[in-house]
Amino acid sequence: MDQTIFVLLAQDGVTNGAIYTLLALALVMVFAVTRIILIPQGEFLAYGGLTMATLEAGSLPGTLWVLLGAGAVAFAMDLATARGGGRRLPGRSLARSAAWNLGYPLALAALLTQLPLAGLPLAAKALLALALVVPLGPMMYRIAFQPVAEAPVLVLLIVAVAVHLAMVGVGLLVFGPEGSRTTPFSDAQFEVGAMQVGGHTLAVIGASLALIVALYLFFDRTLYGKALRATAVNRNGARLMGISPALAGRLTFLLAAFVGALSGLLFAPMTTVYYDSGFLVGLKGFVAAIIGGLGSYPLAAAGAVMVGLLESFSSFWTSAFKDVLVFTLIIPVLLWRSLASHHVEEEE
Amino acid sequence: MTIRSYMAARDREWPGGRWVMAAFLAALAAAPLVLPEFHVTLLNYIGLSALVALGLVLLTGVGGLTSFGQAAFVGLGAYTSAVLTTTYGQSPWLALGVGLVLTLAVAVVLGSVTLRLSGHYLPLGTMAWGISLYFLFGNLEFLGGHSGISSVPPVTLLDFALTDSRHYYYLVWAFVLIALFTTRNLLDSREGRAIRALKGGMVMAEAMGVDTSRARMVIFVLAALQACAAGWLYAHLQRFVNPTPFGLNTGIEYLFMAVVGGAGQVWGALVGAGVITILKQWLQDVLPRLLGSAGNFEIIVFGAMMVLVLHHARDGLWPLLARLVPLRSQPRRIDPTAEPLPRKPRPPHGEVILEARRVTRSFGGLVANKNMDLSVRAGEILALIGPNGAGKSTMFNQLSGVDDPTSGEILFRGRSIAGLGPHRVAAMGISRTFQHVRLLPRMSVLENVAIGAHLRGHKGVLPAAWRLDRAEEARLLREAAVQLERVGLHGLMDEEAGSLALGQQRILEIARALCADPCLLLLDEPAAGLRLKEKQALAELLNRLRAEGMAVLLVEHDMDFVMGLVDRVVVMEFGEKIAEGLPEEVQRNPAVLEAYLGGV
Repeated sequence: MDQTIFVLLAQDGVTNGAIYTLLALALVMVFAVTRIILIPQGEFLAYGGLTMATLEAGSLPGTLWVLLGAGAVAFAMDLATARGGGRRLPGRSLARSAAWNLGYPLALAALLTQLPLAGLPLAAKALLALALVVPLGPMMYRIAFQPVAEAPVLVLLIVAVAVHLAMVGVGLLVFGPEGSRTTPFSDAQFEVGAMQVGGHTLAVIGASLALIVALYLFFDRTLYGKALRATAVNRNGARLMGISPALAGRLTFLLAAFVGALSGLLFAPMTTVYYDSGFLVGLKGFVAAIIGGLGSYPLAAAGAVMVGLLESFSSFWTSAFKDVLVFTLIIPVLLWRSLASHHVEEEE
Repeated sequence: MTIRSYMAARDREWPGGRWVMAAFLAALAAAPLVLPEFHVTLLNYIGLSALVALGLVLLTGVGGLTSFGQAAFVGLGAYTSAVLTTTYGQSPWLALGVGLVLTLAVAVVLGSVTLRLSGHYLPLGTMAWGISLYFLFGNLEFLGGHSGISSVPPVTLLDFALTDSRHYYYLVWAFVLIALFTTRNLLDSREGRAIRALKGGMVMAEAMGVDTSRARMVIFVLAALQACAAGWLYAHLQRFVNPTPFGLNTGIEYLFMAVVGGAGQVWGALVGAGVITILKQWLQDVLPRLLGSAGNFEIIVFGAMMVLVLHHARDGLWPLLARLVPLRSQPRRIDPTAEPLPRKPRPPHGEVILEARRVTRSFGGLVANKNMDLSVRAGEILALIGPNGAGKSTMFNQLSGVDDPTSGEILFRGRSIAGLGPHRVAAMGISRTFQHVRLLPRMSVLENVAIGAHLRGHKGVLPAAWRLDRAEEARLLREAAVQLERVGLHGLMDEEAGSLALGQQRILEIARALCADPCLLLLDEPAAGLRLKEKQALAELLNRLRAEGMAVLLVEHDMDFVMGLVDRVVVMEFGEKIAEGLPEEVQRNPAVLEAYLGGV
């Protein structure tokens, strides 16, 4: 291996690592606030990338139907809760549910049918893709997780796997089995010292850093961010202080879906994305999150870059086994964590 | 009612269960003789899946752990046999043995890195391992790559080759029935009670001497071995293996079978395997026509169904089905003639049983216990009292091995217990109850108490699975019944423990602790929630235990109860001992009055 290849592989590893970082951060956040291991995180990525690809092709993305359907189900569930179940939901919050779950998707549908999709600038398409995919997050929380929010971690995990499976199936239905690759955000090439850096690489790393800073500011400076942190530290305590767990859940899923869809937009120009690509990418985010013990953001980020590098270098030496290597990495990590833990605790 | 007359009442049992079982077996045996080929094949696949799902019932439904990597273990069994029988020309039976040993090794390695961590690491670990193995199957030359290995020979039984799927059916279902039978037996045994305690009762089980890490490993390995056997059957049924059926999606499907069927009971695996296999067959037929394109759209339905089941019927379909069949759970038989369990020699009256020397425990900057000294002798009841926040619970945790002192030492009959952990401390002869009652609410009172006798039995998993443990089991259950009679709860033996009143649950905990044949009893607020009569009965029981030479330490807030009963009192405040002595001395001690009443 000469230096050029080394630099190329390292660059590749860091770029992928940046995307795994985003996913890992979202996973750690969702787990901390809701105790849900968000297996369908990768689907947001696939949906994001494929929605963008459909928009580039100038056709109406199938995501719209998913959004309309999920919104209708979510609203129906809110309606059922309001009608029966003893606990009354005030009319105002039902109206809000109708606006978000029915009004918003319909408005977006109207907008999409009116716009000349193929002719829009790249940024507008990206915004539309986000507008389509991100609301799926809170809807997913409302439909699948909110009714069992107090269940043990194990049950939540199985629900998460079920949602993942359903979303992959729906993805196949609305996007079809063919993969797509989207236009990079920048074609420019920069010379940094002796190495060539692609504009898209810089865009990925820049966007990741920007998002990390934005998340930090959100959690550190805003009231909602603090509410989420409080929920993560002590769910019951937070509830007693008036922070609704349902709101915390939906908000967390909104952020997770945003991070996922954005990573999809960044990821799709680098490699062909299929309806089921999200899972493997998401799982690499998991390996990173587990390196951080599902609790530490900086460790998860470090783990993500490590996973990216391991993947890119192993694809050079033994490309058939690169996934085997990445997923086997989890074993020594778990061993190390296992040796560090002591006492018998009750599972939640 | 004595145990003997209680038994007589039990012997008039309704025998309906046997008939339902016999009808099921007869239908199973007749199926390949009357059903068309297609249905027999379907039943074969249901059997294979049921075998895997059964392992998950044990792991997930009973043990509260889970694995998405069962399909990989199936693959391990299938590929081992395929390679050994084709490339190396070995007998399938030998290959089954090799596959099982290989699976055992892999499961032990995987288990030892994930099982000590909290529950969600195991599923994530198995997910990663499932994917790794899938890619290995597809990329290794000698495993045939993605095109797989073909012309796997059939299984032969006494020179008779099982090539017809109707014949193979009997082999598959023999495996399934053996697995059902052994799993059911196992759950109804000493080891089984320990396994059933893993979900929601780990702290209690450890305190009763159960090595919970080992119990978790046992069920993980058993589930893996059953999956491996299913893989072996699969390879010789299909006579061909390739990586596709061993991917993560199949692993998820197996878990769905267990959950949909009802992960709590062995029959749930059968129901789940049946429902999912048939549904999949049907959906793969219908959906592509309905949606106008090919693809595995059944996963949408499965995913949605799974979410619905977990929302509305978390125990799965089996409990709903079981309600239709008029079966009652059989009450446990107790053999009053079973030989009593051997007892440890009693330490002589007055021997120092437990001694804490200058025990200090700090959490960061907070010193919860500071230089605590106390000792308990055989035939003595010592009360540890103090206002809320005095550090009694911290002290109690250290005495019972749940927590270790920062400095100082705790000696049990002269041996230090620091760092041993609760199950080894229990083995030394310390037994305890909990301030917040810890029992398994859906298990019977008798079985809850029998967990206490865990360390007094020795039969392991294999004897339990094959019912070779019955003599010992009878002795354990008899011991549990005797202890229940001793505390006055024997009339409630077959009730679910969760249905008892709080006071009765506390008494149950004492019976459970006594089952361990301890020489030191640690009671954490035993009188809380008890009515006056119950308190009097408890005091009488403790008096009797004291007379027998038991050392008792209790933490209690009820002063009337304490002062009339105990021999000595240790009073704590702000983590330190402020007084020690006879009850009447302590009651007059100005420091104690100050602590409780805030000055006189």
